[in-house]
Amino acid sequence: MDEFAMGGSNEHSFYGPVINPYSKEKPLVPGGSSGGSAAAVAADMCAAATGTDTGGSIRQPAAFCGIVGIKPTYGRCSRWGIMAFASSLDQAGPMTKDVTDAALMLKAMAGYDAKDSTSSKLPVPDFEKVLGQDIRGLKIGVPQEYRPDGLNAEIASYWDKAAEMLQSRGAEIVPISLPHTKYALPVYYIIAPAEASSNLARYDGIRYGLRVNGEKLDDLYVNTRTEGFGAEVKRRIMIGTYVLSAGYYDAYYLKAQKVRRLIKNDFDDAFKKCDLILAPTSPVAAFEISDKSMNENPINMYLNDIFTVSVNLAGLPALSLPIGLNHDGLPLAMQLIGKAFDEETIFKAAYGLEQDAGFERK
Amino acid sequence: MTYTIKTAQNEWEIVCGLEIHCQIISKSKIFSGASTEFGDDANENVSFIDAGMPGMLPVLNKECVHQAVKTGLGLNAEINKYSVFSRKNYFYADQPNGYQITQYEYPIVGKGSVKIDLSDGSSKEIGITRIHIEQDAAKSIHDLNPKKSYIDFNRAGVGLMEIVTEPDFRSPEEAGAFLKKLRSIVRYLETCDGNMDEGSMRCDASISVRLKGEKGMRERAEIKNVNSVKFAMQAIENEAKRQIEIYEQGGTIEQQTRQFDQTTGQTKFLRLKEYADDYRYFPEPDLPPLYLTDEYIENIKKEMVELPDAKKERFIKQFGLTPYDADLLTESRQSADFFEKAAKGHDGKKVANWILGELFANLNANKLSLEQSPVTPEMIGELVDLIAQNVISGKIAKDVFAYMWQSREMPSKIVEEKGLKQVTDTGAVEKIVDEVLAQNPDNLNAYKAGKTNLFGWFVGQVMKASKGAANPGLVNELLKKKLG
Repeated sequence: MDEFAMGGSNEHSFYGPVINPYSKEKPLVPGGSSGGSAAAVAADMCAAATGTDTGGSIRQPAAFCGIVGIKPTYGRCSRWGIMAFASSLDQAGPMTKDVTDAALMLKAMAGYDAKDSTSSKLPVPDFEKVLGQDIRGLKIGVPQEYRPDGLNAEIASYWDKAAEMLQSRGAEIVPISLPHTKYALPVYYIIAPAEASSNLARYDGIRYGLRVNGEKLDDLYVNTRTEGFGAEVKRRIMIGTYVLSAGYYDAYYLKAQKVRRLIKNDFDDAFKKCDLILAPTSPVAAFEISDKSMNENPINMYLNDIFTVSVNLAGLPALSLPIGLNHDGLPLAMQLIGKAFDEETIFKAAYGLEQDAGFERK
Repeated sequence: MTYTIKTAQNEWEIVCGLEIHCQIISKSKIFSGASTEFGDDANENVSFIDAGMPGMLPVLNKECVHQAVKTGLGLNAEINKYSVFSRKNYFYADQPNGYQITQYEYPIVGKGSVKIDLSDGSSKEIGITRIHIEQDAAKSIHDLNPKKSYIDFNRAGVGLMEIVTEPDFRSPEEAGAFLKKLRSIVRYLETCDGNMDEGSMRCDASISVRLKGEKGMRERAEIKNVNSVKFAMQAIENEAKRQIEIYEQGGTIEQQTRQFDQTTGQTKFLRLKEYADDYRYFPEPDLPPLYLTDEYIENIKKEMVELPDAKKERFIKQFGLTPYDADLLTESRQSADFFEKAAKGHDGKKVANWILGELFANLNANKLSLEQSPVTPEMIGELVDLIAQNVISGKIAKDVFAYMWQSREMPSKIVEEKGLKQVTDTGAVEKIVDEVLAQNPDNLNAYKAGKTNLFGWFVGQVMKASKGAANPGLVNELLKKKLG
């Protein structure tokens, strides 16, 4: 995985990058941050794996590796024991070979935990029970903002196909609008680093882990953290520290929290018209390790999260499942976004879609 | 009484506000299950949460919330039904997470007030700005090794109440009276043990000065960690004088943090406020906002005990105590309870005199607490009765008290066994008087010749002859008659 779950390609791992099992001539990234989990499941090294999703870290690698991954509703699974990245966004979830395994795994993982004050006391339904149930009359929202000019044609076409599949099962497709979508990435890249800058302050070399001594206490901090953290982690700590600083807090962090509320309201409004939202998981398929444009400008890497971060900001559940292969034979994926604590409807529709897509991992 | 500091040119006034950190009495820490026991071996009471291990999450200890609400009610303060935890971010070796979980914009307790009584008999209301709850830091130990610092995490995560006052103090005495009153209130409530010397109650003072009559406030200095009432008063006075001296020499004061030096009584510069850390506060994402219901607050109101002010009023009314005595007796719940037990069915005023006089003097001399006193409330009550019933004189009563202190026996038994009962039989006393007069013809003649100040000498002789047992009133009466 990427160091401290920060990254979308697994190139930011201390132990070197994970290679996507779909790689042919050149090694491809498995996505990130939970790329190791995704690759291991895709390569049949294990039956299933766990991952954490702060801005897409379960769904995007699941998409790149052709497997199923679900980020549950915020509060569905305990965060206790997970090294915190962005506490208000982090959720654990399963990464599996199919929808059925995801339902089984999630049932085992979910539930109230007194050790996590943000975990929900709502009962955990039997997700497996809904698999195969009829989806007639289900309203599937298709957000217009997720289809920008220049969206990859293959992804757009799979999206249409997925909608048709659900429609032919009796679901109704409704156009919806999530007007604040364009702010989701900037908001995410303020809130997540802000929380991370604070969460990672404990790695200071005092009580455990790496310590690089110095003349004074401040030198010990600087030396330890300079040597211990990788470039991407440092970048995010810097961003997070900046947006929380006196004089910038209102303009960045506070504003981002307000827009986050608007993004959540968008979903609330949309869910008055539909039961589920269908959208691509990622605007791209797996790319090469050391891809020039991604590595020269981190913003290009961040843009890969464009379809996933809103869901974390709104605390909603979303499942990514493979829908087909692109012209290079690489998996592409769709995600189904549900109402808070309504993973059941997601599983129901995802199971149908999985049957119709007939995606086969090689 | 207005307190000012007069110099050759001017008359200055102090403007001071206090921030008091009170360690909450609770079995476990505010966000973990580790014990709060003071004095255990270093790093005995440290959970993974307190050590800031990865993946650990805080869980709010309801007991700490309860204690903070109780304290708020005791300070006549508004209880906020909605409050929010925030992170205060800064690096220090005794701060395991790199941030302190505290409350910032939305504290659990809002505005309140505390009445203080001053030595000139006046009283004053001190405004409470807020109380918020937060976690304590660990303790750095710098003096074990010249090259190393050690950290004891036992204190890390212990619940604190930070009580912030308005800048209402105009003299060191007012601040001292407030600290004593606050300490007494939290001890009555059993929400904090108030032991400033052990650091379970710690005080910071914000001090500025202005010319008498001047409006507005000048730049202030914050004095950190003043750990006794006396030191707080000293710090305020000396810091005010320091600032006045600078102003009068044409200088200015910059907002700054200073440290009180116990050995000199002066304050030392620590840092300027503009270079202070930027704490990057933001709402704690690991804890949901805290909501309290009216019912919850009402239930805590029901467990409120009678607080010092109310008790003092009652003691004055019910027992006829002077405000001064009532104040002393109600300073702690233990002494107030001791007094009430002793005064039950006896002369309260006299009981108070014996407790505040003889008993406290003996306790202090022997460095004993009231709980360790060999003399019980019942003994004091009976002793007062014996005097009132003329069984013993006040003078003999002091001897009886001394016997009580040694033997822990009831005064009536001591009086009986030692034969200390005073002689109230006129015939018996008259006999002694006659004997004394007969044995001292010279003085008798001198007295008759006009040296009337010998009267006291005769009283003394009679008392001595009776081994102190004669009733002094009766002796006086008889002597007056005989001496004419």
